[in-house]
Amino acid sequence: MAERPVPSVPPAPADPADRMTTAAPSPSPSPSARPPASLLDHPLRWRTALPMLLLLIALPPVALLLREEFYIGLATRVLVFALAATSLNLVLGFGGMVSFGHAAFVGLGAYAVGILMQQGVTSAWIAWPAAMAASALFALLVGAISLRTRGVYFIMITLAFAQMLYYLMVSLKTWGGDDGLALPGRSSVAAGFDLASDTRFYYVVLALCVLAFLGIQRLLNARFGHVLQALRENETRMGAIGFPAYRHQLVAFTLAGGLAGLAGALLANQSGFVSPALLQWNQSGLLLVMVILGGVGHLWGGVVGAVVFLLLEEVLSAHTLHWQFALGAVLLAVVLAAPRGLAGWRRGRSA
Amino acid sequence: MQTVAASPSRPPMLATLAAFAALACAAPLAQAADAVKVGLLSTLSGPGAGLGVDIRDGFQLAVKQGGGKLGGLPAEVVVADDQQSPDVARQTADRLIKRDKVDFMTGIVFSNVMLAVGAPTFQSKTFYVSANAGPSQYAGEQCNPYFFSASYQNDNLHEAVGKTVADKGFKRVALLAPNYPAGKDALAGFKRFYKGEIALESYTPLNQLDYGAEIAKMRAAKPDAVYIFLPGGLGINFIKQFVGSGLSKDMTLFGPGFSADEDVIRAVGAPMLGMFNSSLWAHDLDNAANKRFVADFQKEYGRLPTLYAAQGYDAARLIDGAVRDVKGRLDDKAAVRKALEAARFESVRGPFRFNTNHFPIQDYYLRVVTQDAQGRVTNRTLGTVFRNHADAYVGACKMPAA
Amino acid sequence: MTGAGVLVLEQSLNGLQFGLMLFLLAAGLTLVFGIMDMINLAHGSLYMVGAYLVATAAVASDSFWLGLAAGIAGTAVLGMLLEVAVLRRLYQRDHLSQVLGTFAILLMANEGVRMLWGSQPVALNPPAGLAGPVELLPGFLYPAYRLLIIGVGLAVAALLYVLVTRTRIGMRVRAGASNREMARAMGVDVRRLFTAVFGFGAALCALAGGLLGPLLAVQVGMGESILILAFVVIVIGGIGSIRGAFFGALLVGVVDTAGRALIPLAFDHWLGPEAAAGAGPALASILIYLLMAAVLFWKPRGLFPAHG
Repeated sequence: MAERPVPSVPPAPADPADRMTTAAPSPSPSPSARPPASLLDHPLRWRTALPMLLLLIALPPVALLLREEFYIGLATRVLVFALAATSLNLVLGFGGMVSFGHAAFVGLGAYAVGILMQQGVTSAWIAWPAAMAASALFALLVGAISLRTRGVYFIMITLAFAQMLYYLMVSLKTWGGDDGLALPGRSSVAAGFDLASDTRFYYVVLALCVLAFLGIQRLLNARFGHVLQALRENETRMGAIGFPAYRHQLVAFTLAGGLAGLAGALLANQSGFVSPALLQWNQSGLLLVMVILGGVGHLWGGVVGAVVFLLLEEVLSAHTLHWQFALGAVLLAVVLAAPRGLAGWRRGRSA
Repeated sequence: MQTVAASPSRPPMLATLAAFAALACAAPLAQAADAVKVGLLSTLSGPGAGLGVDIRDGFQLAVKQGGGKLGGLPAEVVVADDQQSPDVARQTADRLIKRDKVDFMTGIVFSNVMLAVGAPTFQSKTFYVSANAGPSQYAGEQCNPYFFSASYQNDNLHEAVGKTVADKGFKRVALLAPNYPAGKDALAGFKRFYKGEIALESYTPLNQLDYGAEIAKMRAAKPDAVYIFLPGGLGINFIKQFVGSGLSKDMTLFGPGFSADEDVIRAVGAPMLGMFNSSLWAHDLDNAANKRFVADFQKEYGRLPTLYAAQGYDAARLIDGAVRDVKGRLDDKAAVRKALEAARFESVRGPFRFNTNHFPIQDYYLRVVTQDAQGRVTNRTLGTVFRNHADAYVGACKMPAA
Repeated sequence: MTGAGVLVLEQSLNGLQFGLMLFLLAAGLTLVFGIMDMINLAHGSLYMVGAYLVATAAVASDSFWLGLAAGIAGTAVLGMLLEVAVLRRLYQRDHLSQVLGTFAILLMANEGVRMLWGSQPVALNPPAGLAGPVELLPGFLYPAYRLLIIGVGLAVAALLYVLVTRTRIGMRVRAGASNREMARAMGVDVRRLFTAVFGFGAALCALAGGLLGPLLAVQVGMGESILILAFVVIVIGGIGSIRGAFFGALLVGVVDTAGRALIPLAFDHWLGPEAAAGAGPALASILIYLLMAAVLFWKPRGLFPAHG
């Protein structure tokens, strides 16, 4: 593998096969009095985040008023994918690791919930942490092996692991195999408070997603997050000053896996159905597309990408039979016209 | 380190969310109560597409014959594609039930898709009238007041061929079916009536189209008859490869009606001559409803109907009869159920009645692929294998109160 | 020949046949990845469009061979148009953008085909003379059509070998694969070379699609499952290396076919036919990915790397 030169200004990728990441995101605009924000910081901007949160909180009563309960379920699904996409953004955008097997972690979390429910364990307090643990463990295993490679080889090996898990679940007929596993109901949170109601489930999912998102944001602005992003920019230099890449990236990878597992657990509850299709490479590709669409390395990248993609899909499919064509056209336009994804589109241009 | 004094720009998210919320509200709103809404979810793409298209065409022909009405109420049929995926079907069914608020659901071809869609459909108290899938689970232990089969129970057609193969004296049989609930039902049904030696029992993935491996195994196992259950495109591929490999010279090929129906005949043609198959319906059945159906279908679509089309047609007529019986009061679920159970309609099969588990009790015929008087390759009915045949699972069904 | 012997021989031929078709796809993919350094998720779409064009032309001209020729030519032209119009802009972008862009093209191709030909599969039959069996050994019949595929596959492999190692354009291709900047500096007209390579890859895809059409089904989305296997093949073989694609494809083809036939037989006794049937294809696929993971771990550049 070609040696990377130690650059002094924003690094250009030296090894062509290693051309994985986009340039660093533009720095956030600095408000008047405070010192310039670090390149690696990602402020939350409550001015826009808070109204959005209020909008999300108001959604179920509005939907119920319009007698369109279906959209509460849809919104739940969008939130879950936003969580999954954000967890991928953690390793992809901020860690610089292109994982083509992320759907495996989501699917594993979903299966954990499904299998436990089939065995009679319906409590969310047991099943959901178990899902996160299972996915984190699998991510640890995959990361431990894959992170020894780089570039396109990293992509292919993460893909390989995901596909192996997929084929394993297809072959296990006790848990449905190719036909999938239907869940008898949703996880139970407490006696008398069941999640069968779409509205209640939506609020639980919203709360969890907000917590997870805030957690990621805090992490990114803390030392670990800075180290991770710096590693994305220049591993050799970071290694020289005492931050070995492998360890930090593995931690990030495992963490992202765990969060993806949570997303999977919520997804299983939302659709009431788990099947190996959740683990396939097409799903991993879909998650990648969402993150790229929303903006790799931007705090809101995963969320924006998931929201835009899924809503686009829903709206287009209601209006035309050939919506996939329109969807593809939109994606292509975004790639060609908005190189930093949608979240990076409106930001100021920088070197 | 550079900082750029860019003007603060709002992330596009707020704007995008608002825009989409507005667009989403433009989506169809809840329908008025004086129409019948039917969700026809079927396989309209992939190798199984021909089957779904036939069900859809048969169903829509019945609605057209009724002047666009079912049971006197204007009918709105929402057609959707399940892409033969239980995953996609589940989400689409969710949309049909919750967003479009359909009164009846129908159309599913494949049993694995059916089993995924069943539970949420029944839970929402929506009636499902099956135009094909008849999994053994819904005939026995998981029988449900909201499930009605206007077709058959999966095992039945295979039972009929099993009996035929046994009666004809074949000693060694190779079996082949896809590895999903209906495939397992199929071979279970076959083995219920054929008690001879099984030289080979293979299950293939539902999306497998290349049967080279299975044909190689058959060649090595040397059976004297081969029984396949391979619906639609799967059957077309297998039969072509079977004939191409030379095995058809030494082994007689049997199948259920679906593997030897008009769609397969159109694709394979003369190499299929002599294939025996069983069916609950044939286009030459002699009753008034069938004659009208076959004639109208040919006029409307320019081809002979298959078993699937006949079942789709009957499903529509069953719904039509039930809606007429309750005089359009679809909210009274108990009354609709009773009306469906009574099954007051003229089926293209002749007299039609339900068993206690909402599956039909009917006759099964033996057909063979031959050339008719005009030289066309088609099926000819040879005789009746079973009369008033019930399925094997009705005993296990304890129908819960709705 | 004994039953078991016949089974092994027949499955070996099937594996060879599958592997050679996989090679056609992998060859185009490895060239594009190796020379233009582009991840092309739309490669499977070229295979699909090729199959559709062959099927339509074959039905229209009532001749399989004419249909095949027309389909290959048409797809090559389409591929080159696509390259000039859209894909050229993605070469300088990072791999992620290429993933997104080619994924978008994949969606558009799928839907475009559906709009033009409908959702139902299109029928494609083998040439009339080859629809039956051929007696390879006394008592052993093998489908003539599969033999044709093997023949064509080997011929194309030989042709590619000659092209790449003995001709000037092949030399330029190899130069481009091992060091693009140097090749450009030495005066190779890179843009035209890229378009030609892409068109050639598209033609190979169409050939594979047209040949496999009668065996499988010409349907929307047929490219996706085989695309992922093609990526596995080029990783195992070595990105940019035709020789690697050849041996990688044969290896994958044989492992896959052998696995599908033999593993269920092995498990039949313990698990019964249903469970064995579920385990068989799954294990065969897992084996392939394990193989790839092993190659990546010990020989990351593949078995026959294109670079020095």
